[in-house]
Amino acid sequence: MIDTGSEPLLKLEGLHKAFGALKATDGVDLTVLPGEIHALIGPNGAGKSTLIAEIAGGLAPDAGRVALLGQDVTGWPVARRARLGLGRSFQVSSLAMEFSVLRNVMLAVQARETGARGFWSPVRRDERLRSEALGVLDRVRLVSRAGDPVSALSHGERRLLEVALALALRPRVLLLDEPMAGLGPEGTRELTAFLATLKREAGMLLVEHDMDAVFALADRISVLVYGRIIASGTAAEIRASAAVRDAYLGDRPC
Amino acid sequence: MSAAFLIEQLLNGVQLGVMLFLMAAGLTLVFGVMGLINLAHGSLYMVGAFFCAWIAGETGSFWLGLGGGFLAAAAAGALVEILVIRRLYARDHLDQVLATFALILIFSELARWVFGDRPLYLDVPAVLSGAVPLPGGGGYPAYRLAIIAVGLATAVGLYLLIAKTRLGMQIRAGESDREMIGALGVDIRTLYTAVFALGAALAGLAGGLVGALQSVQVGMGEPVLILAFVVIIIGGIGSVKGALIGAVLVGVTDTLGRVFLPQLFGLFLPPSEATSVGASLAAMAIYLLMAGVLAFRPKGLFPVDA
Amino acid sequence: MGPNFSRESVVNAVLAVLLLAAPLTAAALDEPFYVALASRVAILALAGVGLNLALGTGGMVSFGHAAFFGLGGYVAGIAALHAFEGSAFLVWPVAIGGSESMPVVWLAALVASGVVALAIGAVSLRTSGVYFIMITLAFAQMIYYFAVSLPTYGGEDGLSIYLRSTLPLIDSGDPLSFFLVCYALLLLALFLTQRLVDSRFGAALQCARMNPERLATLGIAPYPVKLTAFTLSAMATGLAGALFAELNGFVSPAMLSWQRSGEIIVFVILGGVGRLFGPLAGAALFILLEAFVGGWTDRWQLVLGLVLLAVVLFARGGVIGLLAGKARHD
Repeated sequence: MIDTGSEPLLKLEGLHKAFGALKATDGVDLTVLPGEIHALIGPNGAGKSTLIAEIAGGLAPDAGRVALLGQDVTGWPVARRARLGLGRSFQVSSLAMEFSVLRNVMLAVQARETGARGFWSPVRRDERLRSEALGVLDRVRLVSRAGDPVSALSHGERRLLEVALALALRPRVLLLDEPMAGLGPEGTRELTAFLATLKREAGMLLVEHDMDAVFALADRISVLVYGRIIASGTAAEIRASAAVRDAYLGDRPC
Repeated sequence: MSAAFLIEQLLNGVQLGVMLFLMAAGLTLVFGVMGLINLAHGSLYMVGAFFCAWIAGETGSFWLGLGGGFLAAAAAGALVEILVIRRLYARDHLDQVLATFALILIFSELARWVFGDRPLYLDVPAVLSGAVPLPGGGGYPAYRLAIIAVGLATAVGLYLLIAKTRLGMQIRAGESDREMIGALGVDIRTLYTAVFALGAALAGLAGGLVGALQSVQVGMGEPVLILAFVVIIIGGIGSVKGALIGAVLVGVTDTLGRVFLPQLFGLFLPPSEATSVGASLAAMAIYLLMAGVLAFRPKGLFPVDA
Repeated sequence: MGPNFSRESVVNAVLAVLLLAAPLTAAALDEPFYVALASRVAILALAGVGLNLALGTGGMVSFGHAAFFGLGGYVAGIAALHAFEGSAFLVWPVAIGGSESMPVVWLAALVASGVVALAIGAVSLRTSGVYFIMITLAFAQMIYYFAVSLPTYGGEDGLSIYLRSTLPLIDSGDPLSFFLVCYALLLLALFLTQRLVDSRFGAALQCARMNPERLATLGIAPYPVKLTAFTLSAMATGLAGALFAELNGFVSPAMLSWQRSGEIIVFVILGGVGRLFGPLAGAALFILLEAFVGGWTDRWQLVLGLVLLAVVLFARGGVIGLLAGKARHD
């Protein structure tokens, strides 16, 4: 149940970013409320990647404000936002390739607990770290691959690992960048079902192209076109919107 | 301290700068187009110097020597590119550093083998051995002015090459999107060899020109190479314009620093301390300049975002 | 986790034993030259252990580590000079004289290298890739030219060390005893490096090398991790420099040269970059090449260049890679 009365987990106010003459973000306002999945859709070139970078911290906006859990994080670097409670998955898997699956997750758990501190005890023998990491892998059903090097994982498994790493941080807000990308129908179904179970733990900003997943999961949908949100509302409202249909869905019967 | 002295030192700084530009241009082009860091660039400078001195010694003609050095360096560059450098484009920077460092060792030993351990000497050509009168009195060596002229001509030539020719267009395209130009049907391998050889030729030209000012010996290339690195860090890796401006900045800072810093400190320190403090600071001056530029522009003055 | 008898552990143990056995044998056969050679291997290996932390584990290609090597050397040289002359290095703000005590010299070398590394690293680590390589090279050059311009401490000609510093209970002038000191320090450094790489910090550092964006996304900023590793790495190399100066009884700006920086990288690579005993294998190979090929032809650097080129192009894992296979990170 979305708690519309309370403080948004994530709030974007008047974000602007231009690259020369190109307005990648042209006045974006958006919120993610506790307990909701807010999907962000839009055609290619709409500026989704730019917006994600502005939320995660890799790109500074020219104007506007990013607030995370009530705090103004507009100037904060990536690591600081992550520590505050922002979990993020990448569209193109960004993993520690030489480490095993388990070590990747152990690093995430370690990061949440002590950061880089700990100069003496061997990390691989830390039983508590291992068991917590295995617990996270169990949730995404990757335990069987725990000891394998990341390079041996299939594309779909890497997407799951991405989500697992974000989860290991125990985030309050999840920023998921096309998690379904490259997954077959089976994988998409599974991941969709899994994401639905996460709603209670963390609000989600789900950037996706896969319309089935979007309409199945989203409590609210915002449509980004040429850097602006042209429509925002429930799935039914978006489906009915003529503006959205023109800009994005084309003449698809809904 | 007279105006003539100041002008003389300024010109020396510009001359050093122009020579550094010849080195830095090749380095920055190779990095911009191929993404490769090349430590052996100083060796190509040395090859140019050796062949220039040797040919000039055998034929008696400085000009033949210079042309020979230019061509020898270009040939050496092309050869090295085909045999070794080609395999490094896909590798990470550490591998490139190691392999080109290995090339320095190989080139240095080969040079020692062929030319021996004693330095070679090169005479300034007769037509340029006089002095040009400066405003304010005194004369400035014509040869050094000629070097400045050559350097500026090269800068203009490079600009025309890059802005106006087909090769230049391929270079510019290569700098902004390496994968694309392959897809567009440009013959990458030949382009890369050509760019590398061009850089090598410029280094060889610099080596030949400097050969008449200092002696030609094994190991002469590396100090210049490192200065060229400082130049392209300041100017922005990949930018030829940055290389020119950075080179002149470095050349002038180094020259004027060495001359005037001890004098500056002499104003408020006893003479012996002034000389040593001044000399120490002068030695570090360009590196301090580099650190200063990086503090405000971490990617140099004119970065090319490749 | 199974028993710790991996191929790499065996190779490492053999190398450690060989490095100890060789000078012991040489001493028994009354060949002090070879004992000194073994000391050289141990010292250069220590320098390489330092660099390997930054380069192999942290992915920071520092082409300026000779700055720390030379700095350590000059600390030893200056300490010895002032002890010999009875003069002071600094009078204000705090009085610092010379020293004849090894631990004091070591501590000074560690502190000096650490402080300078913190300064150089703080600036250089704001850049990455080729910029970082060139900037570390440039800073080392700066220190080189600074040392050349200092007449008080020898300038271009360098500084002789007339008295080897002392350790209680040990005759540091005896070649074998000096070797054992160097060997002990090397083993200590290897042990500490192993602990560090296996620790939480080590995991973060390795991720900083593999994928800094991922590390930041997990909430750990790469910059402080890299800076810490860079500083620790410089300290080990600095300590090696102090020992090197003592071994040779001499320190000069050549210890700060770009050639020296290149050499240290070379033997870390030859041995196997990122492998714990890589620097030891590489230093041994390097010294053996220098001593034996160098004794036979003046062109040994040509051989070195060709070997290095071959390793880079075809045998990237170095000696340890050839002997023990690929590294395992799980």
